[in-house]
Amino acid sequence: MSSTFDQVATIIAETCDIPRDTITPDSHAIDDLGIDSLDFLDIAFAIDKAFGIKLPLEKWTQEVNDGKATTEQYFVLKNLCARIDELVAAKGAGA
Amino acid sequence: MDLQYFRLIDRILDLNMVEKTITVEAQVPAQNTIFEGHFPGYPIMPGVLLIESMAQTSGWLLVALLNFERMPFLAAVKEAKMRGFVTPGELLTIEASLVHEGSGYAITEAKVKVAGKLRSNATLTFSHIPFPNPDLRGHMDAVAKRIGFPQQALQP
Repeated sequence: MSSTFDQVATIIAETCDIPRDTITPDSHAIDDLGIDSLDFLDIAFAIDKAFGIKLPLEKWTQEVNDGKATTEQYFVLKNLCARIDELVAAKGAGA
Repeated sequence: MDLQYFRLIDRILDLNMVEKTITVEAQVPAQNTIFEGHFPGYPIMPGVLLIESMAQTSGWLLVALLNFERMPFLAAVKEAKMRGFVTPGELLTIEASLVHEGSGYAITEAKVKVAGKLRSNATLTFSHIPFPNPDLRGHMDAVAKRIGFPQQALQP
């Protein structure tokens, strides 16, 4: 988890020019860090590459739009990292 | 090219669904009002139109890879470089390749060449969504026919 968070925080800091020390596991990517949807595509690209996964952004967005999930579930960084860990594990199990 | 209607692609030369690459051809018109302003006495193709031509080329690659079920929209332009002037009457060969296919977005790299020499290149990000309405889908079908989109490349 900490390793995943460190990687994600570094990606966000470098991609969006946000000071690394302001990014915490409880940071909300949108509400706290001010990352918009276009910048998040860059972050998703970097995460996809770094972890060898495909973040299901469309599914997440649809769930939020449909009221089936909150943005906190996917965009608070500790939750985002948990999703990433799940995707990495699922990929490993499927390999 | 029909600059006024932003029809910048004339013909698909090659579409490789395995390599995820496309090559198209585009004839820059010898005369156009755009060249009267850009620039008087020294006409060159505006860089923004070269970027658009690379975007349209990439877009057709993505339309194919998405099995003509989704429409890509240009979202970001990175590392765009105008390496040499493109002048009226030149024949462009534009290549694009898929760099990454994400969820609802894709990234391509594209190049504009004239007689094999690189004139411009860029890294482009697209978001893509299901065709929002039948009109747009019908328009894309018509353009596909005009530029020789290989329908056989699509999955049944």
